[in-house]
Amino acid sequence: MSSVIEYLVAFLIVLGGAFALIGSWGLARLPSLMTRLHGPTKATTLGIGACLIASMIYFPTRGEPFSAHELLIALFLFITAPISANMVAKAYIHRRYNRCSAPEDVHTLLPPPPGAGADWATFGSEPEQGAIKGTVMDGGVGKAQDQGPD
Amino acid sequence: MIEIALDIALGCVALAMLLNLWSLLKGPTAPDRILALDTMIINAIALFVLFGVMENTRVFFEAALLMAMVGFVGTVAYTKFLLRGDIVE
Repeated sequence: MSSVIEYLVAFLIVLGGAFALIGSWGLARLPSLMTRLHGPTKATTLGIGACLIASMIYFPTRGEPFSAHELLIALFLFITAPISANMVAKAYIHRRYNRCSAPEDVHTLLPPPPGAGADWATFGSEPEQGAIKGTVMDGGVGKAQDQGPD
Repeated sequence: MIEIALDIALGCVALAMLLNLWSLLKGPTAPDRILALDTMIINAIALFVLFGVMENTRVFFEAALLMAMVGFVGTVAYTKFLLRGDIVE
């Protein structure tokens, strides 16, 4: 194996391990769940991508044929990581939202909504129940009836 | 060269899994714990891949792919259960 490729593989392996560690450190260290989501979804996924690229370069230099297994794993992880992060954030927001007993609780318990006059998109797909949801959604009711649950 | 890199990376990933375990035990709410478990699965996949490079074998890639799939389905099932109180409606 030429030394350039060896250095490249070693560098990618160390990079992958370091990014995995940084992501988990962020998960353990950051204060709330919405900030904690950043670590695993970005840094750790990038780290495992670096490890997979390293192994994809490493095995053909050993005389073994090139295989697409690493690409398959990387593709699968890169597709599923944002989806699972979205689901976790959704579960968190809905649990906090169900704990609101007065309309002003919405501003203290929930993270600030994405824009002025817009609510979190996930509340638009909920069927209307109770008095608080009517005050929070402000026009999301029509969308809820069109889409139905999920 | 690669052996030293593998030692460093395996140490990093092991430390990362310990941190995940800590945040799994600490995490104040259920979504925190789900996130910690999901990260732990991803770190386990990294461990599999690095171990495969270390042992110079490709057998572990099937295991890694399987863990990626099962981990994703598990995370979605947990969050679905928290959201709806039911997994398959």
